[in-house]
Amino acid sequence: MSLSALLVAAACGSSSTGTGSGTGSSAPAVDFSKQGNIEYWQGKDSSGNLPKLIAQFNAQHPNGQVTFHELPDSADQQRQQMIQNTQIKNPAMSVISVDVVWTSEFAAKGYVVPLPADQFPTTGFLQSAVTGATYFNKLYAYPSTSDGGLLYYRKDLLDKYGITAPPTTFDEMKADCDKIKAGENNSKLDCFAGQYDKYEGLTVNFDEAVHSAGGVIVGDDGKPNVATPEAAKGLQTLADWFKNGDIPKAAVTWREENGRTAFEAGQLIFHRNWGYVYNLAQSDKDSVVKGKFDVAPLPGITGPGVSSLGGHNLAITTNGDNKGTAVDFVKFMASEEIQKSNTLATSQSPTLEKLYTDSDLVKKFPFMPTQLKSIQGAIPRPKAVEYGDVTLAIQDAAYGAIQTGAGGGTADATAALQGLQTKLQTLIK
Amino acid sequence: MATATAEPRVTTVKEDGHKHKKNALSDGQGRLAYILLAPTLLVILVVAGIPVVMSIRESFFQTNNGVDPTTGMVAGGERFVGLGNFTSIFAGTNPVQGSFGTHDRFVNAFLNTTAITIVCVILETILGVAMALIMSKAFRGRGLVRAGILVPWAIPTIVSALMWKLIFDADGVMNRIIGSQILWTADTGASFWAVVIADTWKTAPFIGLLTLAGLQTIPAEVYEAAKVDGATVWQQFTRITLPLVKPTLVVAVLFRTLDTLRMFDLPAGMIGFGKYRTETVSVFSYLEATQTRYGPAAAYAIVLFVYVLLIAFLFVKVLGADVIGDTGMPKKKKGKKGSGNDGKAPDAAAPGLEMMGGAH
Repeated sequence: MSLSALLVAAACGSSSTGTGSGTGSSAPAVDFSKQGNIEYWQGKDSSGNLPKLIAQFNAQHPNGQVTFHELPDSADQQRQQMIQNTQIKNPAMSVISVDVVWTSEFAAKGYVVPLPADQFPTTGFLQSAVTGATYFNKLYAYPSTSDGGLLYYRKDLLDKYGITAPPTTFDEMKADCDKIKAGENNSKLDCFAGQYDKYEGLTVNFDEAVHSAGGVIVGDDGKPNVATPEAAKGLQTLADWFKNGDIPKAAVTWREENGRTAFEAGQLIFHRNWGYVYNLAQSDKDSVVKGKFDVAPLPGITGPGVSSLGGHNLAITTNGDNKGTAVDFVKFMASEEIQKSNTLATSQSPTLEKLYTDSDLVKKFPFMPTQLKSIQGAIPRPKAVEYGDVTLAIQDAAYGAIQTGAGGGTADATAALQGLQTKLQTLIK
Repeated sequence: MATATAEPRVTTVKEDGHKHKKNALSDGQGRLAYILLAPTLLVILVVAGIPVVMSIRESFFQTNNGVDPTTGMVAGGERFVGLGNFTSIFAGTNPVQGSFGTHDRFVNAFLNTTAITIVCVILETILGVAMALIMSKAFRGRGLVRAGILVPWAIPTIVSALMWKLIFDADGVMNRIIGSQILWTADTGASFWAVVIADTWKTAPFIGLLTLAGLQTIPAEVYEAAKVDGATVWQQFTRITLPLVKPTLVVAVLFRTLDTLRMFDLPAGMIGFGKYRTETVSVFSYLEATQTRYGPAAAYAIVLFVYVLLIAFLFVKVLGADVIGDTGMPKKKKGKKGSGNDGKAPDAAAPGLEMMGGAH
C-alpha cells in the first residue's frame, strides 16, 4: 500500500466522521414499516446456499427485493467496509451480518438500531446467543448463527489404548496423550493444539483457558478482573504445555486451518476447533482421520471446559432505507425453516435451541448435541466498545507467555496478566 | 505593458516572416500547453492534493470515543486537538516490546521501518549490482536470464507476501532446507529477517535493472584502456564501473529507500497484524484507521510522509541523486561525443529510468 493510499484512507474516513455518523442517543423514532429494495451485507458465502434463501425471500416479498452484497472473507475487512459505509451513510447497506464481538461497538457508535421487542421475540433462542446480541439491555441484532469450540479427538487411538471416555480436563488429556504417545512411538504425533497465532483466535483460546480455570476477564460488574491466581493458572497451563511439547511449538503460528490440516493429517491426538471442521475432516480426500475421530466438549484446566462464544447476528443499519423490508428479511433469515436449511448446507450452528435435537440435523451432524452443550456453557469474549484494543491487549499478554513457553522458557503468567489488567482498566471503564 | 507588447510586433514586422511566425507560435503554444495540461493538473489536484490537505487537517482532530455510562452510547463526532496527535507520540503511553526493546508503539514502528529499510536497501544494492554485472555480460540466453531476474519484481507484492508466508511456514520449504524449525511468522527476531529476505528477493532485480541501464552507458574503450594499463578486474570495478554507474545507482537506491520506508504488504500479508517486531509505520497507521482513530492515523502517515521527504531531500543534496534528469544530461552527452557507436545507449537509458520510476 502506498503512502498516498494511506493518506486517502485516513482522509476519507474523516470527511464523514466530521459530520457525525449518527449518535444513537439523539436518534428519532425509527420507522420500521417502509417497504422497498434493500441490500444484505455479509462475508463470503462459500456454501452457495445464501442466494437460494434470498431468492426464496424475494419470491414471497414482491414489494421489497433483497440483493446480496458479498464482502471479503476476512472479518477485519468486513468490519471495515461496514464502518466505512456507515460513515458515508450508504442507504443501500440495510441489513448486515455482525460478528458477536462487534455488537457493542456497532450499537454504542450508533451504526445499528435497536430492534423493536414486540417484533423480535427471543424465546426459543440460545440464551448465550441472545446475550451476545444485546447491549445495555437492548437487542441490537437477531442471532442467526452460533458457534462454540469442540474437542476433536482420535477415537481410534483412544479405543486402542483402552481409554473409554474423552478427557474432561487438561490433566486427563495429558495422561491419555502420554499413554498413546508411549505406545505409538511416533515422533510426528503431538498431543493437542488450538489456535495460538497472534490474532482473534488467540483471544478465543486464551479466554477459554482462563474461564476453564475458574478465572474471569471481565467480572459480573463489568470491571476487568484478570490478575487472579485462577486466570494465571489458565495461561500458565497453555505456556507450560508449549514448553513440554504437548502442544507443538509450531502452533504459535497456527490459525484454524493450520490446526485442521494437522489433525486431518493425523498429527494431533486432540484438537480444539469450531464445528465447521467436522464435515471437512469426514469428507476431505486428504483426511486420514475419516471415520476415526469424534467430538467432545472442551476439556478444562481445573474442571469441565468453557467455550468462547462465536457466531453472527443480523442487524439493521441506522442509515439503511426501507426498514420494513429489512425487518421482514431478518425475521425470515432467523426463522426455524431457514436456519435448518442453512445448517444442513453449511454445518454452521443454528441459534434456535430446538434445532439441535431436530432429527434431520442430528442425523447429518451427530455432534449437534455436543455443540449445544458447548454453546450453552459458552462465555462471550469481553464486551467492549473499543473491542479492537481489548483483543489486542489480550493477545499481547497471551502471546508473550506462550512464546516464552514455545521457546523452552518458563512463562511468568502472573506478571503478564497484571500488565493486561492495567491495560484493560484503561480500555473498559 | 502596452508599449512592451507593441515593440516586438514592430520588430517582427521589420524582420522577415520567420521571427514573426516563431513568436506568434510560441504564444499560442504557451496557452495551448496550459489548456492541454489542465486536465492532468486537475486530476493531480483531486487525487493527490485534496487528500493530502484533508489528511493534514484530519491529523489535528480526534474522534470522540467517550461512552455515556447511562445509555452506553458514544458521543460521536470529532474535536480539535491541535498538535495533540503528534505530541502524544513522544508521551510513550502505549509501550510495546519490539526488537529494539520496549518503546512506544509508534516509535517501535518507526525503528522497525528504519531498520528494515537500511538492511534491505544495503542487501538489495549489493545483490542488484551483482545481477546487473551478470546481465551486462554477453552470453547465450542473456535475454532469458534478464527476464528471469525480473520475475520477482513483476509479481504483485501481496502475492509474493503470501507465497513467502507458505515458504516460511513452520513446516514450510525454508525450514526443510535449513533442517530446523524456526518459527518465522511468529513475533520473533526471525520474522524481521523473513521480511528482509522476501523484500530483498522481490526488489533486488529492480536495482539490477536500473544499474544495468547505467552500465550500458559506460563505453567499452574505457575498459580496454584500463586493461592496457594493467588494471585488475577489481580495480576496473572500483575505479571505472562504480564511479560511472553511480548517478544511476543513486537514483535506484533512492527509489528503493523511499519505497521500503512505506512498506505495508509484506509485513501485513506475510507476518500478520499486531506483531511488533515487523510492524511498520504504514501498518500501524492502517491499524489505527481501522480502529476509527483517523486523527492519529493521519498524524502517523504525515510523520512518515515528512520522513520520506527528508530522506529524498538528503539523497538529492548529499549524494546528488539526479531524479529529474537535468544534471545527468550533459555528462551523457559527453559520452555520446566520445563514442559514436555507444551513443544510443545513454539516450535509451534515460527514458527507461523514468519509466521504471513512473511505473512504480
